[in-house]
Amino acid sequence: MDSDAPAILVRDLQKSYGDVHAVRGIDFEVARGEVFGLLGPNGAGKTTTVEMLEGYRERTSGIVSVLGFDPGGRPRALREKVGIVLQDSGTYRHATVRELVTHWAGFYPAPRDIEEVIDLAGLRESEDVRARKLSGGQARRLDFALALVGDPELIFLDEPTTGFDPAARRAAWETIRALADLGKTVLITTHYLDEAQALCDRVAIIKGGRILAVGAPSELGVGAATRYRVTWRGEDGAMETRETDDPTALLHKLTSAALARGTGVQDLSVSRPSLEDVYLELTAEATPTVEEPAR
Amino acid sequence: MSTAALTWRQYRLERKMFWRNPSAAFFNFLLPLLFLSLFGAIFSGSQTDLDVIVPGIAGMSVMSTTFSALAMNMVFLREQGVLKRLRGTPLPSGAYLGGLAANAVTNTATQIAIVVAAGAAVFGVGMPKDWLELLVFTAAGVVCFASLGVALSHAIPNFDSAPAYVNAIFLPLIFISGVFYDAGNAPAFLKDIAEVLPLTHLIDGLSAAMVSGASFSSELSDLLVVLAWGAFGVFFAIRGFSWEARRG
Repeated sequence: MDSDAPAILVRDLQKSYGDVHAVRGIDFEVARGEVFGLLGPNGAGKTTTVEMLEGYRERTSGIVSVLGFDPGGRPRALREKVGIVLQDSGTYRHATVRELVTHWAGFYPAPRDIEEVIDLAGLRESEDVRARKLSGGQARRLDFALALVGDPELIFLDEPTTGFDPAARRAAWETIRALADLGKTVLITTHYLDEAQALCDRVAIIKGGRILAVGAPSELGVGAATRYRVTWRGEDGAMETRETDDPTALLHKLTSAALARGTGVQDLSVSRPSLEDVYLELTAEATPTVEEPAR
Repeated sequence: MSTAALTWRQYRLERKMFWRNPSAAFFNFLLPLLFLSLFGAIFSGSQTDLDVIVPGIAGMSVMSTTFSALAMNMVFLREQGVLKRLRGTPLPSGAYLGGLAANAVTNTATQIAIVVAAGAAVFGVGMPKDWLELLVFTAAGVVCFASLGVALSHAIPNFDSAPAYVNAIFLPLIFISGVFYDAGNAPAFLKDIAEVLPLTHLIDGLSAAMVSGASFSSELSDLLVVLAWGAFGVFFAIRGFSWEARRG
């Protein structure tokens, strides 16, 4: 596979369980070395999608290519190049961190150095602790270490920080950034906006089994909802808000009226929608504002 | 690494973990030996009774190390997501399951060896009369009860209920199958039930091999019953197998 080809390519991917359509035809690509996020509320189809890419679930229809392989048949050559952090998964409870990392390294043809992996995952202080005694955050680090020890090209992280306290989240983010710095491709699912914003090069917002928008976190605010929000304190003292595609004319009107009165415009602000606004708008229970791409 | 090397590695890890889990080590290993000592002591005055108890405990050991241990183990590994995690690695399924099975067989072999040694040294049963017969029946018992244990694990909804499911089968079965006494005196309906189930036949075979020296040909029907249950177990063990816990 040439290095220009995307690490992940998904075309019209669908998954149905009987009458339930969990994934309703989604398309996206993840470039090599990219950190890509699937962002959406619980039940949006994120995990179903990722588990089809990981080879845990058979797709109903569509095309999927992961590092040039079809993950459907779970080819071993693919499993050797992929690291998986599941939402929650146990391990040998009576084995120590070091024993587990060492054992896992044996599954892979060219594992990373065990000491390096323990340091990278931040497990140096708990290397001799048995898995059952690890805290939630430490257990997550162990998940990262076991996913990383085979030196994979691509790492799947399914809701890597759900249920974490802020300090543990920060630590997990640092580890994920370290993976990106190693040049790994990372596919991360999350329902945390700040997580997507902090970690991802690009994000796909997914809801009801469909992708509503794709783009860099900074661009997404521009793409779907291009309106500016202008707020100010009116003459009667109440806050006023207006949304506009072109704030220049509105600002001119406001400021010239104020100058004519010999006053200023109080509490004036002009803002562009944040990723959070876009996310809330797109995932609101109402009909999605973005049309499905024509096929 | 070759599949054989990976299986061996997996087996060594399973052995290490087995000894670090005090509860598994007790239920699968020490409990049958405790029964052997206690019942051996209680019936120490009667060689007839001892001749029943020693092969009976041997049969029970085969069942506890395979059926009980694997049923509980599989439920635990599935519910904890260990199976799912391993399935995402390059470790071949055969190497993993092979290591798991070899761990159980090691427990069986060790226990049979201890029961045989104790039978000869302490309980006056003497050395086994037919080693090949002992080996064949033990092997058939392992296949039968291991596969039935894995098959049962598919029907157990979660780990909390696993001991109840397992013991609801294991405890009545050891009592009606003549582990502790000659079941020949039991009421007819219990005898009929025991006659259909595999443990009685396994114990008959072990008894022939260890005590009476009855020839293979006379135990052939016992072997066939055990193998028939094994075929049933293998079918359902494979058919219902899932790498993931059922959700919601």
